[in-house]
Amino acid sequence: MRVLLVDDEEELVSTLAERLNMRGIEADWATKVEDAISLVGETSYDIAVLDIKLPKMSGLQLKKKLEDLRPKMKFIFMTGHGSEADFRTGAAEAGEAFYLVKPVGIEILVEKMQEVMQSEGKRS
Amino acid sequence: MNRCDTGARTGLVFFGTISASISHELKNALAIINESAGLIEDFTLMAQKGLPLDPERLKTVAGRIQKQIQRADGIVKNMNRFAHSVDDPLKEIDLQDTLYFISLLAHRLADRQGVTLEAAEAKGGIQILTDPFRLQNLLWHCIRFLLPFADSQKRIRMAAEEGPEEVRIQFSGAEGFVHGVPDTFSGEEEKTLLDALGARLITEKENERLIVALPKQLQP
Repeated sequence: MRVLLVDDEEELVSTLAERLNMRGIEADWATKVEDAISLVGETSYDIAVLDIKLPKMSGLQLKKKLEDLRPKMKFIFMTGHGSEADFRTGAAEAGEAFYLVKPVGIEILVEKMQEVMQSEGKRS
Repeated sequence: MNRCDTGARTGLVFFGTISASISHELKNALAIINESAGLIEDFTLMAQKGLPLDPERLKTVAGRIQKQIQRADGIVKNMNRFAHSVDDPLKEIDLQDTLYFISLLAHRLADRQGVTLEAAEAKGGIQILTDPFRLQNLLWHCIRFLLPFADSQKRIRMAAEEGPEEVRIQFSGAEGFVHGVPDTFSGEEEKTLLDALGARLITEKENERLIVALPKQLQP
């Protein structure tokens, strides 16, 4: 499984990527939307894990751009925000099960990655 | 909605927005601490399986946790200061310090638009008697209005200047706003805040700056 993590908190995505790599999941990371788009252009990822609130562009907008590049890619959202509006929007895009609130336990994240690979990547 | 309702609602919305932003930042600090602690646990599990532990890696991860704890501590201190800014409707404040504080409160909003906020250092403090919470609220509205107009440097600067009767807060670095859509600003909410603070908004077209003029001593 090949995964891209996108969050503006570098220490979060770099540590998460290291821990996923230890579990046999190939994980790259980006803190800027431009870098994420460029990485997805170069590499075929199975899943992108996106922060909802990113500088310059929301995670939902970034999803649309990445989908244009890789229509088969699956998505999981992570957010520090727990607002109802964010939840509704994120859940509508990725499915309730794939909208996670930080901090997320790594085992849960891995489980969700396996689930999303089995699903259509939409509302569960 | 009457003016009294508008004022109360504006204040509540501001309080809620800042609280949500603070909680988001705290969640991020906690998430990094969570992953770092998890990484240490992974190292331990690997050591139990006979793989060597690298003390330098452990030191780096411990340092990361300490850094995030300091960050969270700073966020909580700001939250506490913000919460107490409603305590006194009339209080002597250091204006420069308030500008710096609002730049901290609004930095996440600005970051999301790729803009940096800067509070210029003033020579000597400028003390004024005002309503601290409403002043923060007004400055927040100004920042939110100006962010989409930030110039190519993506840096909005705030500077305080003291005159004989009033003080002026100048916003620069968002030159385009004078050619933009200023009809929507100031709206009802900003007018309510301006009235409560005895303040005026000035658009300096020639210098392309937005200015908030405040009395040095707000009358109760």
